[in-house]
Amino acid sequence: MSLMNAIDVAGTGMNAQQLRLNTVASNLANAETVAGSPEEAYRARQPVFAAALHQAQGGYPQQGGPQPAQTPSWAESGGPVDRMSPVSFQRQFFGGEPVNGAHMQDPWASPSPSVPVFMPGVVESDAEVEPIHKPHHPMADENGYVYRSNVNTVEEMTNMISASRSFQNNVEVMNTSRDLMMETLRLGR
Amino acid sequence: MRIGLDQAFSTHEQALNLRGERHELLASNIANADTPNYKARDMDFRTAMREATQPPQQPLQATNPQHLQPASHVSAGDPKSLYRQPHGASLDGNTVEMHVEQAKFAENAVNYQATLEFLNGRISKLSGALRRE
Repeated sequence: MSLMNAIDVAGTGMNAQQLRLNTVASNLANAETVAGSPEEAYRARQPVFAAALHQAQGGYPQQGGPQPAQTPSWAESGGPVDRMSPVSFQRQFFGGEPVNGAHMQDPWASPSPSVPVFMPGVVESDAEVEPIHKPHHPMADENGYVYRSNVNTVEEMTNMISASRSFQNNVEVMNTSRDLMMETLRLGR
Repeated sequence: MRIGLDQAFSTHEQALNLRGERHELLASNIANADTPNYKARDMDFRTAMREATQPPQQPLQATNPQHLQPASHVSAGDPKSLYRQPHGASLDGNTVEMHVEQAKFAENAVNYQATLEFLNGRISKLSGALRRE
């Protein structure tokens, strides 16, 4: 039943936005943390969203059409967090060019036209880690530098607002679908 | 006397089905509002409805197995989903525009409810007739 599918899809959307809010929370909480070396410094985490349609197609569409299913590299690296920017992630999995409509399969060919949100993983930002000269800091390296996390607070705040708005939109979809479903069940009474 | 119960509901039933499918499609658009490269989809309800209500096309008479048949046509009630033309392009290749989707979604929900109302009216009329009211 299509209304049920709509509720499912809105659920995946809410899941995705919740993951986004979670990463925003951990980024903001760690915004002011410092570390003794650039490698140890906290790096901003961002979830990657992809339409589950790609998955249904049996892999990520590369340049020149769909490819057979492949394991994302984060599965090989032993953890869901991979140190690369969303842009390089996109280059790796979706090819350099944005996927245009012609590459996508007609959803009506499948039994259900809905496209749930799929979360292939969380990536860490590869933005510069800012060195701060603090010779008396207990964690300072031999040159007297500590390394602040590369979290951009403004970016995170806008991300948070966007995520909460999208979450609300999905809640609306869910409520509407539920109301319509209940009215359909009451048909003829 | 023949009571065409299925005929009494036919158009509204198909309309309800199509409205439900469109609801699902628009829900997908809203859920994928932040998915890079997602292309918003919608259906042309008028065309879909016309196709759904048309009588199914009969296959051509073939007296020889080598006679050509037309390419498999769209079966009745099988709407084509189309790509939405965005008003402004976004950098990540996503074509979902939330205000457009919200408007279409609300419109579709109201139309779904209207179809339900029509169906309810039909049902109460029929049951009234059966009860000699």
